[in-house]
Amino acid sequence: MTSSIPLGKIAGTAILLLFVAAPWLLSAYDLNLVARFLALSLTAMGLVLLWGEGGILSLGQGVFFGLGGYAIAMHLKLAQLGEGEVPDFMVWTGVEKLPWWWAIFHSPTVAIAAVFILAPLLAGLIGWAIFRRRIGGVYFALITQALALAFATLLISKQDMTGGFNGLTDYSTLLGFNLNLPETAIALYFVTLGIVVAALFALNWLIASRFGKLLRASRDGTNRLRFLGYDPTPYKVIAFMVGALMASLSGALFTLHAGVVSPALVGVVPSIEMVIWVAVGGRQSVAGALAGALIVNFAKDKISTALPEMWLYILGLMFILAVTVLPKGLAGLFSGERPFNAARGRALLALGRKGKAAPAQPLIVENAA
Amino acid sequence: MTAPMLQLQNVVVDFDGFKAINDLSLTIESGSMTVVIGPNGAGKSTMCDSIIGRVRPSSGKVLFHGREIQTEAEHNIVGLGICRKFQTPGVLIALSVIDNLTIAATTDRRWWTKFSRKGEAEARARAEEILEMVGLGPRRDALAGNLSHGEKQWLEIGMVVATDAELLLLDEPTAGMGAAESTQTANIVKSLVGKHAVLVIDHDIDFVSQLGGHVVVLHQGQLLREGTLAQIRADEEVAAIYLGRA
Repeated sequence: MTSSIPLGKIAGTAILLLFVAAPWLLSAYDLNLVARFLALSLTAMGLVLLWGEGGILSLGQGVFFGLGGYAIAMHLKLAQLGEGEVPDFMVWTGVEKLPWWWAIFHSPTVAIAAVFILAPLLAGLIGWAIFRRRIGGVYFALITQALALAFATLLISKQDMTGGFNGLTDYSTLLGFNLNLPETAIALYFVTLGIVVAALFALNWLIASRFGKLLRASRDGTNRLRFLGYDPTPYKVIAFMVGALMASLSGALFTLHAGVVSPALVGVVPSIEMVIWVAVGGRQSVAGALAGALIVNFAKDKISTALPEMWLYILGLMFILAVTVLPKGLAGLFSGERPFNAARGRALLALGRKGKAAPAQPLIVENAA
Repeated sequence: MTAPMLQLQNVVVDFDGFKAINDLSLTIESGSMTVVIGPNGAGKSTMCDSIIGRVRPSSGKVLFHGREIQTEAEHNIVGLGICRKFQTPGVLIALSVIDNLTIAATTDRRWWTKFSRKGEAEARARAEEILEMVGLGPRRDALAGNLSHGEKQWLEIGMVVATDAELLLLDEPTAGMGAAESTQTANIVKSLVGKHAVLVIDHDIDFVSQLGGHVVVLHQGQLLREGTLAQIRADEEVAAIYLGRA
């Protein structure tokens, strides 16, 4: 949470100014990295609403990330083609005519609308079906994980339509702008930064609103809320839809910056990584999750270049430390409350020696009374 | 002829062959005070559960103003005018005391109204009144999760009252309270009668005598006796089941 002390606002403004100045401070390569990670942070920020406030752990955000990424990538593939041509991977697999659901992505309006609509729509249908039946907790996490696996598998198996394992890559123009020009890259960077800042404010507003309070209420006392006359289902469904929208925007912007979208970005492992960004940054702070996504991804970039085989161990260690010792993530360090769970830390170091540890904050909230 | 406010007609609640409520019929009139007593396992809480839709009767009817509610969704039953306090206090721990009461006091509970502030001021004003009534004024902005057990009990009573439901079901409102706190709770509960019908479940006979309502004794899921407290006290069979001889 942002503190009431102006110190927080001053620091926030200073950090924002640094990001605004980044195109003049960084090399084109590093600016591209920052832009990619800012794009990824949108997924993390959406998870704060869903997981931090709603207590709903989704291990399938990659699906929504992928829907946004593929929607924009389909347009980019078609934008550079002449009349009657089909994308390169279709040529290689012998597809001669573009199916209608590909053809409509010729229109940039359709592609952008798809980024905004497809993922929330899917999330709304799935969420409604699941939450209405009062399924939650671990079962929801497992269902969403299975969804991520199914989605990645589908993309790989339908190679003639999706580009298979390689995904969709090699694009050159967006709305008539050459994507390879540095000016375009800088413009896209500012679009991304603008969306991130807008999302930061919008999510904080939503969390502070009556909707946010009722979402927190549904997390801690689903039944109490029900017996006060509220139906908890819509709050959970909407949180899932907003999380999906954020992931979809995230995927679309990431695809623009990275120049590729592929099944490797949407499956089970990337979906879990998204949750780790939030655990490290702080699942009850939108700004914390934003920072978490940036920090973990920079660490991934640096560490996996220097010590490629070590990265997964370090990621795992970060996750374990965050959930045991620093349950509020890095944001907890600034919240003014006790950020460390010292008893858990000692228990972790003692590893099996006698002594009782304080219970950790649960990762998943089971349906409480 | 107008139907009574609440009627249980031959309600049976069956938990895999164990009949927690066995052919129970009961009538509660508007504005009345009913106290339900009975030994552990008599079916008192299950009876409340069957009224608010937490468990569904396997047979029998629950009628509220003549309308069958035993198949209604839980939140719709509250909307009709029945609200219940649980045995273990169920407050919304991540929200402040005043927010807990405001959520309860909000009469428009449709989700799409929650993105604006329309109607919030009225609900908050009512919440402030209830806050004073249950004596939690000094704890207004504390997180409900940080309250003591007794304070949580009062908060939940306040929340149930704040819904302005016609029938309030209070399940062990004095659990974990001392004598002075119990007396205060009895005064709060008594002040509700008339405007609301109140059904109280409790073990504490001192508290029950302070309330002074119509007493219903449940035993093994059935209605054993009903009457004034004096009549119940004089009843030998009631004394016997409380001493464990039946």
